[in-house]
Amino acid sequence: MEVAFYIAGAVAIIATGLMLRDWNVVHALLCLIVSLLAVAIVFYVIGAPFVAALEVIIYAGAIMVLFVFVVMLLNLGDSAVAMEKEWLTPRSWTGPAVLAGVLLCEVAYLVVRGTEAHIGMGMVTPKQVGMMLFGPYLIGVELASMLLLAGLVGAYHLGVRTTHIVEMRHARDTDTRRVTPSGGLVLAGTDRPPRTP
Amino acid sequence: MFSLGLTGLLVRRDLIFVLMSLEVMLNAAGLAFVVAGSRWQQADGQIVFLFILAMAAAEVSVGLALVLQLYHQFKSLDVDAMSEMRG
Repeated sequence: MEVAFYIAGAVAIIATGLMLRDWNVVHALLCLIVSLLAVAIVFYVIGAPFVAALEVIIYAGAIMVLFVFVVMLLNLGDSAVAMEKEWLTPRSWTGPAVLAGVLLCEVAYLVVRGTEAHIGMGMVTPKQVGMMLFGPYLIGVELASMLLLAGLVGAYHLGVRTTHIVEMRHARDTDTRRVTPSGGLVLAGTDRPPRTP
Repeated sequence: MFSLGLTGLLVRRDLIFVLMSLEVMLNAAGLAFVVAGSRWQQADGQIVFLFILAMAAAEVSVGLALVLQLYHQFKSLDVDAMSEMRG
């Protein structure tokens, strides 16, 4: 099974190198996702299936979705259609596609091979992880939950301030009133009623 | 992989790439933890990986919100364009 380990590791490193070499954000994201999937296979091969599943779900799922959303929010432009036509050349997706194909073959091989498909050192089961996690490491779990709460509040705060800045800019630069997406009415410029002291 | 992430952090001047390189570095550290935990048959490595995962999620959410706001302010994702930031 060490062949699978080395192949997955090589795929991870190659995909990360491709990510650094690419000048396009979306292509780099694609390479990064392939790299994360390869790392997940490495986890599975060395006998940590729980962490492999978490890697796929959280890294390749949730965090990459965040990245994709932000790229979509930033790349709003008139040249988007032309850019998309330019991006869909075969040269742009062959590299990640080949690497992902290698990973797919490897997963198929591991599934066919069965449960003893990990390198000889034995596996750490999810049960062991859970017992340790909610036993000696309980304070760490609480600290992680506090950290996640802080991240949630911080992201919300920054997002709200962003929309507020946009509204202020609109109110300063234009004279027309408009309805915000959340339903509020923005009074701007000369359309605004005179201020009474 | 950690050195690749560090190289990306130093080479690229794009904020999105900086965040992605940070992801790669955290992932490499987590991989080292899990491999060590598997080598000595301990579950501690995987638990530390879970903590790294939670930290990466929080960091990325805050970082991407900051990226959005900086983009609205500077109309650019270049790190050098923000070097005039002073208190």
